[in-house]
Amino acid sequence: MLRFLVRRLLQALPVLLLVAAGVFVLLELAEGDAVDAYLAGIGGAGDLTLAAELRERYGLADSLGARFLTYAWSLATLDLGWSIAFARPVLDVILERLPKTLLLMGSGILLAALLGIGLGALAALRRGRPTDTAVTTTALVLNATPGFWLGLLLIIVFAVKLRWLPLGGFSTLDSRATGIEAVLDTARHLVLPAATLGLTYFALYLRLMRGAMLDAAQSGWVTAARARGLPNKRIVLRHMARPALLPVVTMLGLQSGTMLGGSVVVETVFAIPGLGSLAFEAVSQRDLPLLAGTVLVVLVNILVDLLYGRLDPRVGDNLGRAAGK
Amino acid sequence: MRLASPWSGLIGPVLLLLLVLAAILAPMLAPGDPLDMVARPLTAPFTDARFPLGTDQLGRDVWAGLVHGARVSLVVGLAAAAATLGVGILVGTLAGFRGGFLDDALMRLTEAFQTVPTFLLALALVSVLGASAGNVVLAIAISSWPPAARLVRAEVLRVKTLDYVDAARIAGMAPLAIAFVEVLPGALQPVIALAGITVGEAILVESALAFLGLGDPNLQSWGSMVANGRALIRTAPSLVVLPGLCIAMAVLAVSLTGDGIARRLGLGARS
Repeated sequence: MLRFLVRRLLQALPVLLLVAAGVFVLLELAEGDAVDAYLAGIGGAGDLTLAAELRERYGLADSLGARFLTYAWSLATLDLGWSIAFARPVLDVILERLPKTLLLMGSGILLAALLGIGLGALAALRRGRPTDTAVTTTALVLNATPGFWLGLLLIIVFAVKLRWLPLGGFSTLDSRATGIEAVLDTARHLVLPAATLGLTYFALYLRLMRGAMLDAAQSGWVTAARARGLPNKRIVLRHMARPALLPVVTMLGLQSGTMLGGSVVVETVFAIPGLGSLAFEAVSQRDLPLLAGTVLVVLVNILVDLLYGRLDPRVGDNLGRAAGK
Repeated sequence: MRLASPWSGLIGPVLLLLLVLAAILAPMLAPGDPLDMVARPLTAPFTDARFPLGTDQLGRDVWAGLVHGARVSLVVGLAAAAATLGVGILVGTLAGFRGGFLDDALMRLTEAFQTVPTFLLALALVSVLGASAGNVVLAIAISSWPPAARLVRAEVLRVKTLDYVDAARIAGMAPLAIAFVEVLPGALQPVIALAGITVGEAILVESALAFLGLGDPNLQSWGSMVANGRALIRTAPSLVVLPGLCIAMAVLAVSLTGDGIARRLGLGARS
């Protein structure tokens, strides 16, 4: 296990370096640097001598190469820099937001997988009949639907018109609920955003499940099972659905990166203080260190991949081929 | 996935044709700048014959916004998809054909780009480069090319072992000429199947960027119309519903059309 992890980390190293270098280039491309931002913040924007002195002190006057080394070293020591907008270390802000995003994405992926597996199996069993058409068409349409719009529609129907669920947020603001009540409160807040993510992303799983079920139906082992006179229900569950689950489960981990992108919009729509809305706040406040930090959180993504390779050796060969979209 | 009726193959192309017509004829269908105030704010839809879909809180004609928005979505979507596929084809062909160190280096680069979620990268790029239509196209291309590169590379690896490539080599063609003139055309077929999806994705990313306020501020885009209507979700939901419908319709139209073309060429998934 340890040898495996070390090997994977060595494989991941060039990719990590490239991502870090990319983020560095991004920061270099932006107009102005941290000193400009700081001086603008304290109202000393015109003071050129002070600016030069600060640049000298923080190493911003060094050559490009030296600055990159400083940057790479601070990354290696898990120092993601200082958030201008929050006046706190970037890592602190990110760690505070991360659990909410993980919870939202976890429920979103779970819902997408359940919908995809269930409806995909149903569509395969009713292949070519109206149920199949209805299910696959719905998935196709939802897949083409922008997440922010679906989220707003759900808000209009379930929060504004029917008043069943809250408009947004992660928990009721002034609630002093603890224990099970607090959990239920958060769950109620998660229903609409998780449904938005799940509904816009389940088409892929549906397609995989349906295809794999159809493949299995034509396989020799299903013919053999029928020849042995096994009951239909058992054939469907054991001999078709079970092998068909494999590609779906493999895809589950690979989709997490895509959903992280989708969560930016969904969290913004539902005012959930997670990583996605943090990225948006960083953009709107021009807080580049924070934005760079959220991009670098993909390092977590790579770790997920590492673990994932452990679970399913077929993913193992190609790190990164897996990640992201 | 396929719709069952024999006419279903026409749904995508017909929708796409309507959208293209709306985009081309926008100055005739809705003359003037769609960002101009033309009527009383918040005219409800279907109440005033001159403004069939009503107006928003600044008195801008919703119909004009939708028609002109079709231009932005289609032009940005197509340009971004073309750039995405262009980069992907270039990288994929070079990596697959040259092999060796260049292949390794380009593949690591592809993995690095693929590790960062597409939308997050596009968001970061637009915010650094500045919000303009050109930068949105650039940002989408830079963040979405890896799948195309992988696909092309895999195909190039397959095609370059074929006999006719050896024949070109023996005939004394330069390696780069072989790569792009002989090998690449043979490797392009699966890219056609990817094209519809790429255009659809590009339209979705553009609309999401515009929704977050990172679209071109001088253009009326569907995404920014949804963002604009968001504040009035209780009183005038049509301001949110209509532009969103257009986005979904456009994405559906291009992906159905792409799917249909791929199927014609015998590349599509089974029904």
